[in-house]
Amino acid sequence: MTVALSGKDIAGQLEEKFPGSIEETGQECVVVKSDSLLAVAEYLKNTGSLAFDYFNYVTAVDYYSYFEVVYQLASIKHNHSFVIKTRCYDRENPTVPSVIGLWQGANFQEREIYDLMGIKFEGHPNLKRLFLWEGFQGHPLRKDYLQ
Amino acid sequence: MTTTEMMTLKTEPFMLNFGPVHPSTHGVYRMRATLDGEVILDIEPVVGYLHRGIEKLTEERTYSGIIPLTDRLDYISPMSNNLGYCLAVEKLAGIKVPERAEYLRVIIAELQRLANHCIAVGSFLNDTGAYYTPFMYAFREREKIIDLFDMVCGQRLTYSYMRIGGVSQDIPDEFLPALNKLVEQLSRWVDEYDFLLMQNEILLARTKGVGILPRETAINCGISGPVARGSGVNWDLRKADPYSVYDRFEFDIPQGENGDCYDRYRVRVEEMRQSLRIIKQAMNDVPAGPVRADVPHLIRPPKGEAYAHVEAPKGELGYYLVSDNSIAPYRCHIRPTSLINLTALREMVKGWKVADLIAIFGSIDITMGEVDR
Repeated sequence: MTVALSGKDIAGQLEEKFPGSIEETGQECVVVKSDSLLAVAEYLKNTGSLAFDYFNYVTAVDYYSYFEVVYQLASIKHNHSFVIKTRCYDRENPTVPSVIGLWQGANFQEREIYDLMGIKFEGHPNLKRLFLWEGFQGHPLRKDYLQ
Repeated sequence: MTTTEMMTLKTEPFMLNFGPVHPSTHGVYRMRATLDGEVILDIEPVVGYLHRGIEKLTEERTYSGIIPLTDRLDYISPMSNNLGYCLAVEKLAGIKVPERAEYLRVIIAELQRLANHCIAVGSFLNDTGAYYTPFMYAFREREKIIDLFDMVCGQRLTYSYMRIGGVSQDIPDEFLPALNKLVEQLSRWVDEYDFLLMQNEILLARTKGVGILPRETAINCGISGPVARGSGVNWDLRKADPYSVYDRFEFDIPQGENGDCYDRYRVRVEEMRQSLRIIKQAMNDVPAGPVRADVPHLIRPPKGEAYAHVEAPKGELGYYLVSDNSIAPYRCHIRPTSLINLTALREMVKGWKVADLIAIFGSIDITMGEVDR
């Protein structure tokens, strides 16, 4: 059975390593500040006891006042999973760092989010629309999108 | 001109479009390939031709009204899509599924895996040059599985059989005897085709050592399903994170060693045997009882979020649901197996010839309905 790690434990570790990086702690997730996302992700991937080598998916949710980007991670070695989230409060120009350097699996998914939700991933080598054509106006998965 | 000089000569790089309508692309998929003579330098996948905005559509439908949409994701294996979605809603709303329904779900999901692998193996052989003969044979066997699905839910392609809290209706009396007969037939069929094709010189030459996906790359790219297991990644959600009643059955997880096209093909054939093994165990002790929990038509799950995943025939298929306590999900994200499995295609085909591109692409087994959603 894949064990979902407790948010409190991981948050404790992260708080010790990267003070001030945690915005909120959930039961099985932590919300980190977007400027420390890369450092946290690298720590989760490369720490022996955590070893999150497998990237399940990344998606984004529009909560009107902010966008939440959700990363589901798993470790094939230890068979456990964890969710990290980050928020962008800027509706005009939401930006989060790209994790493609750590997990190649984020490649198409970040392009999909950029396409449908309009969040820019800094450092993505080929950030362009995935499904819709170049020149399409707007981002359909946003809650305020009107056809 | 000496031979060495000729070897160093390069041709002008040449851009070639595969698709969007091409017999080998299994749907409306386009690859922009850059070629040096016949050798592939780079490819760029272009997708979106079948994008229907399913994730947006879910936000305007009730929880049970979304099930028919999931049929249209991976239309080769709609039962697995239904199952993944229902598990996510059940997790979100805390619904307990009756035993009998769990067993029926396992039987149907494994039949679906068999049907999917029939197409995967058949069309893969098609791509490697055994033109349409094995494909039609594989379709003949799939047809028998479809007949059983027709028997349980009256549909042949878009089933919507799995419902929130169970399945839509109980199986008819003639289902289990028919299933028994089919399992016998399919076991023989798998052995027969295995024997015919495993020793085939042309198949071996076209698949052995071709399109190698190393284990580390597979994990890093988030590859799942038979493609990952072909590369030696021991990751099958039925064992790693058992859902439904999979923990009650004995089965093995076939794995490849080299991560080439042959291994991926081999893993699928072995998986068909393992699926038959699970069905044989499950159909002998299907318990009596209701097939659906008492679930209202309009479900209002409490505020929160849930992620549930299943080992669909093509790999990990997951649903991430966010509820705001209304009758429709606030957000429903579908983890698309086929799209993520395509991530590694570029690495796999670089340096191979055009004919190998078709074989390597065929060995991944994707459905455009799921890639584009």
